[in-house]
Amino acid sequence: MAMLPEVFRHIFKKRATLMYPFRDREKIPVPEGLRGKMSFNRELCIGCGLCARFCPSGAAKLVEDDKGKRPIFYIDQCLFCAQCEEVCPRKAITLTREFEVAGFNRSNLVVK
Amino acid sequence: MSVSSSYERFFDIPIGPQHPALKEPLFLKLIVEGEHVVAADVDVSYTHRGIERAMQERNYVQNIYLAERICGICNVAHTLCYCQNVEGLYDVEIPSRALYIRVLVEELARIHSHLLWLGVAAHEIGFDTLFMYVWRDREIVMDLIEEVTGNRVTSAINTIGGVRRDVKPETCDKCLKAMDYIEERTKYYKRVCKTDPTIAARCVGVGILKPDEAVRLCAVGPTLRASNVKYDVRADDPYAVHDEVPFNVIVYDTNDSFGRILVRIDEIFESINMVRYCIKHMPSGPVRARLRLNPPVGEHLSRVEAPRGELVHYVKSNGSEKPERYKVRTPTFENLSALCEMLTSKGNYVVNIADVPVVFASIDPCLSCTSRVAILDSERGKIWIGSLEELKRLKR
Repeated sequence: MAMLPEVFRHIFKKRATLMYPFRDREKIPVPEGLRGKMSFNRELCIGCGLCARFCPSGAAKLVEDDKGKRPIFYIDQCLFCAQCEEVCPRKAITLTREFEVAGFNRSNLVVK
Repeated sequence: MSVSSSYERFFDIPIGPQHPALKEPLFLKLIVEGEHVVAADVDVSYTHRGIERAMQERNYVQNIYLAERICGICNVAHTLCYCQNVEGLYDVEIPSRALYIRVLVEELARIHSHLLWLGVAAHEIGFDTLFMYVWRDREIVMDLIEEVTGNRVTSAINTIGGVRRDVKPETCDKCLKAMDYIEERTKYYKRVCKTDPTIAARCVGVGILKPDEAVRLCAVGPTLRASNVKYDVRADDPYAVHDEVPFNVIVYDTNDSFGRILVRIDEIFESINMVRYCIKHMPSGPVRARLRLNPPVGEHLSRVEAPRGELVHYVKSNGSEKPERYKVRTPTFENLSALCEMLTSKGNYVVNIADVPVVFASIDPCLSCTSRVAILDSERGKIWIGSLEELKRLKR
């Protein structure tokens, strides 16, 4: 019967959950080092291809543009492990704290 | 029309692989006599993912993240085991701060896993109020793991040569504060579990596993320790800094599902103390040793005490950037034969059909980690494990 006082106490307590997608978006605690959607700086990239080589899920693909080789990141395949950020010799890739990456269109889920 | 006069004493009852009472894809074939289960057979091969084979096709760095995905809940144990294994090939000294961070994250993951299990067990018993309270408090640990590693579930903190990020002092303070809260709440949950008549009625004397049977059937982890066998890899074969961090191996002699609840709750207290010790005694210094990409030729086996029991990884390297062979043996696999023993009525000990979900939940099953293909070639007396392609070739 140790449960009863606890149950009564909870009647007067604040709700533990948030009305997330509709309200309380700003109340979600996002810690400093969260691994979210990556951002890519084309100016720093030297096209070494290490990110594509070490990406565990094949989300980083090496393509050719007018300035030479560069990676394209497909977020729908990304694991958010930050291995690309770790191996990048020029710090061209950084993982931001943006975690809301779901969408209805796959073509939006690409970081160029 | 005549009524059939045939009378069968034993009936087969298939449960699963999809069943409302089971959260995991397990097929249980129960042979029942009336309401009593007299024999049980399990089939776990519904979630085979070919991870061992996939690991042979990827390089050692990519495999860290693949190993992490063997099991979502004990992902820290799997990466820890994998990284220790590959580091064993190099024969290299890992910085001691990295080892402390590894133990810190491992124990945080153990707290979250045991709390998760306590919630699931309460749900199986039919005590959903406790389930929701426990899972609400588990969120605090999840937030801590997110703060330390950068992700709630798949932490990706361990890497070959150490850990990937350092722990900040303010995170340590947060950890210590949260540990006080979790300790207080766990004390309360222990009191609830010990005094509540629902839990006692569903768990005491249910799923009996005698110590000699537990040892014979190679049970591991809390299932074994609830059968009064003092065995814990952290104590018996210390890895990382478990030889420096003090803790007690929890054993209970009740041999039943109730003992398994108490073992896991007491292990939460031990883990809380280990987290505190790690934070207080963490040395300064680097958190990572840089290693060459290709490990030397050789083989290595590593053991880790995952929240569910002893986890074994084996690697064979041929000097290239991909492992030649990788083998994983998860704790649930070892506990399955013990589960069949628990589900068998013997003498005065009877298992009712209604007890089956509770007994099944009491081993803390994680079946998608467990599913492996093993082929027994009886003509040549050889066992080997292979992919679907190899199976197809064999069939031809």
